[in-house]
Amino acid sequence: MNMMTDPREHLVVIGNGMAGMRTVEELLKLPGGKRYRITVFGAEPHVNYNRIMLSSVLAGDKEIDEIVINSREWYAENDITLITGDAVKKIDRDQRMVISAAGVTVHYDKILIATGSRPLAPPIPGLGLPGTCAFRDIADVDKMLAAAKTHKRAVVIGGGLLGLEAAWGLKQRGMSVALVHLMPTLMERQLDAAAGQMLQRDLDRRGIAFFTDGQTEEITGTERAEGVQLADGRFIPADLVVLAIGIRPNIDLARAAELEVNRGIVVTDDMRTSDSDIFAVGECVEHRGAVFGLVAPIWDQAKVCASRLAGLDHALFTSKALATSLKITGVDVFSAGALMAESENDDEITLRDDNRGLYKKVVLRDGKLVGAVLYGDVVDGQWYLGLMRDKTDISEMRDRLVFGRAFAENLPAGKGPDVAAMSDDTQICGCNGVSKGSIVCAIKDKGLASLSQVRAHTKASASCGQCTGLVEAILADTLGGAVERKAPSICDCTDVGHDEVRKAILVQSLKTMGAVRAAFGWKKPEGCHKCRPALNYYLLCAWPGEYIDDSRSRFINERVHANIQKDGTYSVVPRMWGGVTTPSELRAIAEVAEKFNIPTVKVTGGQRIDLLGVKKEDLPAVWGDLNKAGLVSGHAYAKGLRTVKTCVGSEWCRFGTQDSTGLGIKLEKMMWGSWTPHKVKLAVSGCPRNCAEATIKDIGIVCVEAGYDIVVGGNGGVDVRVTDPLARVATEDDVLEYSGAFMQIYREEAHYLERTAPWVARVGIDYVKKHVVEDAENRRRLHARFLYSQKFVQDDPWAERAAGMDRHEFTKLPELADA
Amino acid sequence: MPDERGDMVWKKIGPLANIPVRGARRLCFGMGGKPIAVFRTGEDKFFALVDECPHKKGPLSEGIVSGNSVTCPLHNWVIGLDTGAAQEPDVGSTQTIPLKLENGELYVGLVMERA
Repeated sequence: MNMMTDPREHLVVIGNGMAGMRTVEELLKLPGGKRYRITVFGAEPHVNYNRIMLSSVLAGDKEIDEIVINSREWYAENDITLITGDAVKKIDRDQRMVISAAGVTVHYDKILIATGSRPLAPPIPGLGLPGTCAFRDIADVDKMLAAAKTHKRAVVIGGGLLGLEAAWGLKQRGMSVALVHLMPTLMERQLDAAAGQMLQRDLDRRGIAFFTDGQTEEITGTERAEGVQLADGRFIPADLVVLAIGIRPNIDLARAAELEVNRGIVVTDDMRTSDSDIFAVGECVEHRGAVFGLVAPIWDQAKVCASRLAGLDHALFTSKALATSLKITGVDVFSAGALMAESENDDEITLRDDNRGLYKKVVLRDGKLVGAVLYGDVVDGQWYLGLMRDKTDISEMRDRLVFGRAFAENLPAGKGPDVAAMSDDTQICGCNGVSKGSIVCAIKDKGLASLSQVRAHTKASASCGQCTGLVEAILADTLGGAVERKAPSICDCTDVGHDEVRKAILVQSLKTMGAVRAAFGWKKPEGCHKCRPALNYYLLCAWPGEYIDDSRSRFINERVHANIQKDGTYSVVPRMWGGVTTPSELRAIAEVAEKFNIPTVKVTGGQRIDLLGVKKEDLPAVWGDLNKAGLVSGHAYAKGLRTVKTCVGSEWCRFGTQDSTGLGIKLEKMMWGSWTPHKVKLAVSGCPRNCAEATIKDIGIVCVEAGYDIVVGGNGGVDVRVTDPLARVATEDDVLEYSGAFMQIYREEAHYLERTAPWVARVGIDYVKKHVVEDAENRRRLHARFLYSQKFVQDDPWAERAAGMDRHEFTKLPELADA
Repeated sequence: MPDERGDMVWKKIGPLANIPVRGARRLCFGMGGKPIAVFRTGEDKFFALVDECPHKKGPLSEGIVSGNSVTCPLHNWVIGLDTGAAQEPDVGSTQTIPLKLENGELYVGLVMERA
């Protein structure tokens, strides 16, 4: 449409972030929104994304495109002109023009400033060196991810929400992480000292090193960051330094335009700045002396601002009680309102269970709840927040309040809160201010049937995601399904999850796939390609020596004991125990390669030799020849034990402390042939120089003078994860027992296709230690069960097939006898 | 059987027992340059298809057979054995080939190109 003749007013939005675009979304919903032609300027080169979820991207839980809020198509569909990668440089209020850095000049009728905030950056010497960054936008996350690929040590400065999430993300990306915090306890603005200490203890156990009471004096380095020097003399070496000590409103543009600014851009209750044609929302504003860093009040601002822009004159913004949560997998934190009693009239009630890592505190004033701090179990957080906002009289349930809603309101005991009993105005999603009633209405009126639909229509659970479980429960309750939240099911054939099936196999003595499918009412009588390999493995693991492996439920590689390649040929990797071979083995491999015209012979990363491009019908003959030289299957195709990589150790190396090669061979002899939920790789290094790269293996052994460090749960690949230490032991026999026990608990408890790295991350290394290290009797039992199951699998599958087993797999029809 | 492209020829490929239950075998000859796979289901039903997934030509004969469908080993497309069609949301289909059982022997129906 021609600008000169467009009758609509021009709204220019400065800032393409969450606050500005939420305001635009709200505006488009209103009839008054039609009066505007909208242009949006964004300084970042991206479309609008959910900044809150950047820490999930850093930690590898989400991809960038999963956090996009509005695609370019959305802007186009709504007739919004989007200018990205071009920051606004000036607002000319006399000429009513907005001018960008690239020189784009547009006339405005109304402006919405949503410039957000900037990372707080005190003048620390060395800040700005390569290898330093903030944690604010996609560019910062890209810098951190790049550093995590090439460098080892990260220091995060700042022990608030953002700093902790950055530290955890970098740890997940395989860096060793230290965190410097100015105060004695973490998140001191949201947590009291007790909860802050529990948080520190939990994260310390997960491998983050803390330097509290730490005043950063300097980031050292000349070419790039080399370390962080603290004022008290402590020095922390670093390849990456992330500064995440807080944010300050980004007010430069408003100040230059001579709008009233203080800490932020000053706005009145109607979200107008000192110029009535210029509005402001989000982290850049200051309202009645307060600035904003959490999303919930900003969504309220967006609503008010949109109403005002649409010409509705009654909407007013008021600050409400706020809640905070932390996005670190497995760490549940909630806080709202007062952290502690502020006068003699206030009461604190505390519940603390250090062993279970549970802490709850409520702060009461005049018979009302004014604060809550929860650690470890945050299910009741939104309920407490509701009591605070509604100023509910809680004297009736004062003695039960701290135990949570179910107990305080005498609800039937259950795993989660009873959503059916919740009143319609109970707030479910704190980020987006969505009540139970509005979710139920949307489900009924619009016929919603899935979580993603509910998110799309109501925004409930669409920001930080912590209330996802509640939203699912409301959905199930409204649709008349089961209220209890289910773990993800194995596949579409069933609603039951992996753990439930594994338990039933043992408890109900289910010994065939048919029995399992019947017990749970599988929708497809024969199952599918997802559940059959899983059930086959679970049964094999539960009933060693009894259950007969179903080769028809195995992926092709495991069925034919070779790896299918993209051209339909196969690769053959013979086992080389501990990476040791002999001239006669090498000669046999060379002869096989020539005899069968095998095009590629390659040394693998696991210290073995790969013969690539073998024709399927040649496989049995190739194996037969290899067998004659004593070579057996390396199981390079299996969800099972793959390789045990070793260094030469004390036999040859001048640094070696133990016989790492010999120990590797013993481990491989014990474990070969085993089936596991996913592939398992081991390594044994003869000294802490760790040449065998044991710290990125499923099980790694690092020999030291005093014995052997056993580390577990690492892997290379796309998401590198460094192992967690399991134990230090004195003898080789201990290594075998601990490793066998770890292997067995992983075999018995992980989900099919879950490697040790995500499994250990899911259950926590403390859980593994408790069952494998601290409970010696259990360790012996696990190890014994592993050895027992090994009795049935240590037959070379190649020898069996070279001798004629499964001939149908390797020949085409009609067979010669039939032709 | 007359056909606009040519005549159907039934070729013997041996007894059903040569094919594993919930499994498949590839034939040593193809049709029009394309490999053929013969499938046997858990209920002893039998089907023949061109042994190429409509997606990236993965060898369907190497897939896992469940009910009346097979899952391609390369990217897990699920192909109906009776129709050759990919299960939604994937789109595409592979050619089905006539197959019959007579006196315990299987025969595939091949269309010979007219000279």
